[in-house]
Amino acid sequence: MSKASSGTLYRGHEGMWSWVGHRVTGVVIFLFLLVHVLDTSLVRVSPGAYDAVMSTYKNPLMALGETALVAAIVFHAFNGLRLILVDFWKSGTKYHRQMLWGVLALWVITMVAFSIRHLSLAFGGH
Amino acid sequence: MSADIAAPRSQRIDPKYNRARKSRGSFEMVAWLFMRLSGVALVVLIFGHLFANLMVGDGINAIDFGFVAGKWADPVWQFWDLAMLWLAMLHGTNGVRTIINDYAEKPATRVWLKGILYVATIVIVVLGTLVIFTFDPCIAGNSIPACQ
Ligand code: HEM
Ligand code: HEM
Repeated sequence: MSKASSGTLYRGHEGMWSWVGHRVTGVVIFLFLLVHVLDTSLVRVSPGAYDAVMSTYKNPLMALGETALVAAIVFHAFNGLRLILVDFWKSGTKYHRQMLWGVLALWVITMVAFSIRHLSLAFGGH
Repeated sequence: MSADIAAPRSQRIDPKYNRARKSRGSFEMVAWLFMRLSGVALVVLIFGHLFANLMVGDGINAIDFGFVAGKWADPVWQFWDLAMLWLAMLHGTNGVRTIINDYAEKPATRVWLKGILYVATIVIVVLGTLVIFTFDPCIAGNSIPACQ
């Protein structure tokens, strides 16, 4: 694209960054899911093998990793619903930007609530 | 559906320039719709999964073999996980396929990357499905009283 196209409604604006974010989170979740099915399959090996791997998830560093993963999923989910509304709701294209702010607001609220609960369970420790 | 209305300009242009030709069938349209329908279902399935496993009770600290055995004793959770496995894997695979088409320009690179993607998807979906249906709470090594 040439510089002359800088008048676009899309490139460099929120629409582009939300698209980049949706793409990156989608790939991250997919890669996690591949590993997640493999680690869950250890329940077919032995209880000890499964518990051993699960216990490595139960430390503060992993708790932060899980929080980041959930942040990625919650963003992808809410932004995905916004994309669906843009496609199917008749005023969707008109309000796509307002809906993006809605997505970010809901994302922050959800993540604050999730983090308080998850991190206090994880750091409260056993 | 009585009148059959021809696509705009379909008569006037040389068929070789007609992009509405049926060559790609309706696959991309079905894939597009699937991404949206599966997305809506996945919000419910994944949020429910995360809530049940991380927010309730002792959260992450409670997850061990016994926790999984307790969940999969209930067919509702078996079905839940099965639906989540299939929908998330197909949705994710189709999404990554789009991304490969966008960035891999050489035909050979595309074929290779997509081949690896599809093999990985089949392996994970088959493995995950078998794990749910062949799960055995009294597998060797479980010494809880209920298994004696
Ligand atoms: C939580 C509920 C989810 C919703 C509402 C959702 C929604 C969407 C939507 C609407 C699209 C756009 C499709 C298009 O442009 O045609 C999309 C793309 C994508 N999704 Fe999801 N999704 C969800 C979960 C997931 C999960 C669990 C994964 C991974 C396993 C995933 C991976 C992807 C990928 C890789 C893309 C392609 C991104 C791109 O082409 O830029 N999504 N999703
Ligand atoms: C850190 C967050 C997560 C934790 C702690 C977690 C934990 C678990 C546990 C304990 C199981 C065993 C069965 C059950 O409880 O239902 C399981 C299975 C499963 N999880 Fe998760 N999960 C997480 C995130 C996710 C996400 C984001 C997805 C989807 C993209 C997902 C998809 C699945 C699937 C498909 C299964 C069934 C696996 C199989 O068929 O063998 N999980 N998870």
